[in-house]
Amino acid sequence: MILLWLILIPFIGGLLSWQGERFVGRGFPRWVALLTMLFALGISVWLWVVGDYSLPAVGGKPQWTIEYQASWIPRFGISLHLAMDGLALLLVVLTNLLGVMAVACSWREIERNVGFFHLNLLWNLGGVVGVFLTLDLFLFFFLWEMMLVPMYFLIALWGHNAPGGKGRIYAATKFFIFTQASGLIMLLAILGLVFVHYQQTGHFSFDYMDLLGMSMAPSVEMLLMLGFFIAFAVKTPMVPFHSWLPDAHSQAPTAGSVDLAGILLKTAAFGMLRFALPLFPNASHAFAPVAMGFGVLGIIYGAFMCFSQNDIKRLVAYSSVSHMGFVLVGVYAGTQQALQGVVVQMLAHGLSAGALFILCGEIYERIHTRELSQMGGLWARFPYLPPIAMFFAAASLGLPGMGNFVGEFLILLGSWNIAPLTTALAATGLVMGAVYTLILVQRAFHGAPAAGAPPLKDLGRRELAMMGVLMLLLLGLGVYPQTVLNTSASAMHQVHTIYSAAAATGVAP
Amino acid sequence: MSFSNTQWLALSPFLLLSAAIVALMLSIAFKRRHDGNATMAVIGLNCTLVLILVLLLISKGRVELTPLLVVDNYALFYGAIILMTTLATATLSHAYLDGFKGEREEMYLLLAISALGGLVLACAQHFASLFIGLEILSVPLYAMIAYPVKKRHSLEGGVKYLVLSAVASAFMLFGIALLYSQVGSMGFAEVGAFFAAHDFELISNRVALLGGALLLIAIAFKLSLVPFHLWTPDVYEGAPAPVTSYLATASKTAVFAVLLRYFVEAGGYHQTALIEVLAVLAFVSILVGNVLAVRQNNVKRMMAYSSIAHFGYCMVALVAGGPLAVEAVGAYLLSYVITTLGAFGVLTLTSSPMGDRDADLNYDYRGLFWRRPYLASIMTAMLLSLAGIPATAGFIGKFYVIAAGLDAKLWWLLGAVVVGSAIGLYYYLRLLIAMFLLDPARHRFSAALDWAQHVGGIMVLLLTLAMMGMGLFPQPFIDLIRHAALQPG
Repeated sequence: MILLWLILIPFIGGLLSWQGERFVGRGFPRWVALLTMLFALGISVWLWVVGDYSLPAVGGKPQWTIEYQASWIPRFGISLHLAMDGLALLLVVLTNLLGVMAVACSWREIERNVGFFHLNLLWNLGGVVGVFLTLDLFLFFFLWEMMLVPMYFLIALWGHNAPGGKGRIYAATKFFIFTQASGLIMLLAILGLVFVHYQQTGHFSFDYMDLLGMSMAPSVEMLLMLGFFIAFAVKTPMVPFHSWLPDAHSQAPTAGSVDLAGILLKTAAFGMLRFALPLFPNASHAFAPVAMGFGVLGIIYGAFMCFSQNDIKRLVAYSSVSHMGFVLVGVYAGTQQALQGVVVQMLAHGLSAGALFILCGEIYERIHTRELSQMGGLWARFPYLPPIAMFFAAASLGLPGMGNFVGEFLILLGSWNIAPLTTALAATGLVMGAVYTLILVQRAFHGAPAAGAPPLKDLGRRELAMMGVLMLLLLGLGVYPQTVLNTSASAMHQVHTIYSAAAATGVAP
Repeated sequence: MSFSNTQWLALSPFLLLSAAIVALMLSIAFKRRHDGNATMAVIGLNCTLVLILVLLLISKGRVELTPLLVVDNYALFYGAIILMTTLATATLSHAYLDGFKGEREEMYLLLAISALGGLVLACAQHFASLFIGLEILSVPLYAMIAYPVKKRHSLEGGVKYLVLSAVASAFMLFGIALLYSQVGSMGFAEVGAFFAAHDFELISNRVALLGGALLLIAIAFKLSLVPFHLWTPDVYEGAPAPVTSYLATASKTAVFAVLLRYFVEAGGYHQTALIEVLAVLAFVSILVGNVLAVRQNNVKRMMAYSSIAHFGYCMVALVAGGPLAVEAVGAYLLSYVITTLGAFGVLTLTSSPMGDRDADLNYDYRGLFWRRPYLASIMTAMLLSLAGIPATAGFIGKFYVIAAGLDAKLWWLLGAVVVGSAIGLYYYLRLLIAMFLLDPARHRFSAALDWAQHVGGIMVLLLTLAMMGMGLFPQPFIDLIRHAALQPG
């Protein structure tokens, strides 16, 4: 039941914000949203502290620390089946944490229709939490698509019309159509899987536990796996399908970008770990070299695109493409180390990209441009912002001591035995990452300020508090990742076991 | 020929509705009162609806009334949908016609007669009753479309529909005659059996083939499947908003219901050539409907093209056949009817009372959310439902269609559904976002502030509840649809 509340609390908070604005006042939605997200964060952290997330699998079936099931559509064997293991827990905590940050960073930025903005933000967060918790494929698809609608509104209504871009509505529509169309392909695959199960057993079920470990013809398995993979690849984003991401980021409001980079992209990686690999281990294994190849392509392509960006948000967006390429490589390498690295990388990227997008927003609020060519010399104009940005940029390039380093290191270490060449190519991404990040820092902050440029208003207490929290967490993740690794170990071990069993039998379609 | 009690009971909805129509006609002849006559029509329709629902509940099974008509749960279910649609249209018309300067009362009379035709169609199991039902359904529509006779667009739409519909009727009659010349009967069962027995030599029997083709053209015209869709946008645009909603829902649902009955009960699935033709029609309708809708700036025209696409989706379920087909068509039509009525309901409320034109341009909706937040939220939900986003009824419909198509392995049709949905999303979103943009200029259209306290508003709210209910808790709806299943012949 507590899991259901984790999903419902943001939805209820969103409704309260929307309606509260009308009756109480403009400041009210912000406080409601902040308290809601803090409450949700509190619950999820409390679950972390009290729960035991090291349950080993019994008889090949994963065990869940908390589980909830209620009947929903018995006609098709669909139920509200929610469950939490270490992986889901970590991502839920991340979602709620970044949710708090997203509310806090919109405090000054959003002036119009504050209540409706927070309705969309919180509903989106609630949908994402649902995606992480669901064990029913129908419910998964349901929430997967439903969370797009609020995100669409966030970009289309509160976004920026960046000069030279095609406008926020274009970006929002592109985002929606890309993800929705790929989602429908996943729906086809889900239904295909359900029909295969129906032919074998004679009853409909969308339940993960029923569908897990089903045997099917290799060609069918490959087709169904590809259906899932396309949906996840678009959302990750994998390189040929990534073009919605920079557009969406460059037009989105800060909270939208934090949400998009920090959380939404993680749903795709989560989907691979929870659904694509365990449900179709043989096909995934056969497909792994291709997927890893695309991952490397993403790493290198994203890094190269970063060099040519002039808009700081687009630059950070392309760096996300590059970093998520590591996740793709790690997931399909499938060793315990690589999978653990993926988890750390997801968390670290969520924190660092979220922080960088918040900083982009702060800079934009002060100098009203995001063009790198119009910056330069910012270091002299603020005391706090540039060093903080430097910190997160260093984290993003994978400096040891920060979470991103642990994630990338583990992924590369775990993938080496599987695919040395791919891993070597992926590692070049680290070098290029250092170069483009330093270029960003150099062009934006260093150099002499323009003559007569006035000093700018520095970060306030709210902003400093946000940045402080994120910095501490990122450092904690880098210096002592063991807490996180222990939490996710059992869940990742389960994925690894299923996947390596397929590798051992070597069934290739 | 004498009727048993069960048969009288099964016939009672027809009798009740006919009596209500006569009473309404007489009362209009004696004294014109807009409110009074509208109330009478609504009471008559409501009584019939309640009667049908009671019959559906007690479920007497299949009752044959002469070789022409059959009353079973399936017929009652579609009859209930048609009557609900009619009721919704009547309540919307009431708000809409308040500003009309001519005679307002006949609208309800025409509407009720047309509903009677729909009921006949839902029960038809014979080509004669099919034709009779179709004509009773369509003839009042000519007048309804051209109801504001002083307006050029409406008149044009009415005449266009009259002429083309008459041609389609002629096709249908000729087709039926040709079939009759070969089969010697006009009952669905006999015709179906003839085709099932002679499927392999159908190519040689040119007369039967031609008859079937002519019939198919007439049906495709009524469902506005591509390439017989050319009337749709003009007529939708010209007709008054409530009439458009009726045209888009009740008339098409009735025709689809009878088509499905022919397929399932009379063994239309044995006619492989027919299935192939329908599959092609569905494919083309989905793509052409969606692509043409993208270019429209007029909401009614956009809805016209989108309805073409929606019936293409629905046709996918029909083509699929199999155990899921009847259920899938039922779910799709139910969700489509609820959603379309809701969308047109908002359009009508925004336009009413009738001015010199309806609020049918995209531009008219700019900023509606900031003026009438709840009404715009309802429209948002309806548009998302048309686009098939989860948590709305439209998703359940689309889910069923995809499931049925997948079960029958119709890959290229499923591909069309996916592509069509992606294109569809584009134009629904365009209208949707317009409602949320700030309006730079003065706005001409807004619903009255107290819209929710009028019958039209209450109806739209109820539709929204039904739409969300079906989207979030579909099980009761699925039970109802399964209760109304057809037995394959």
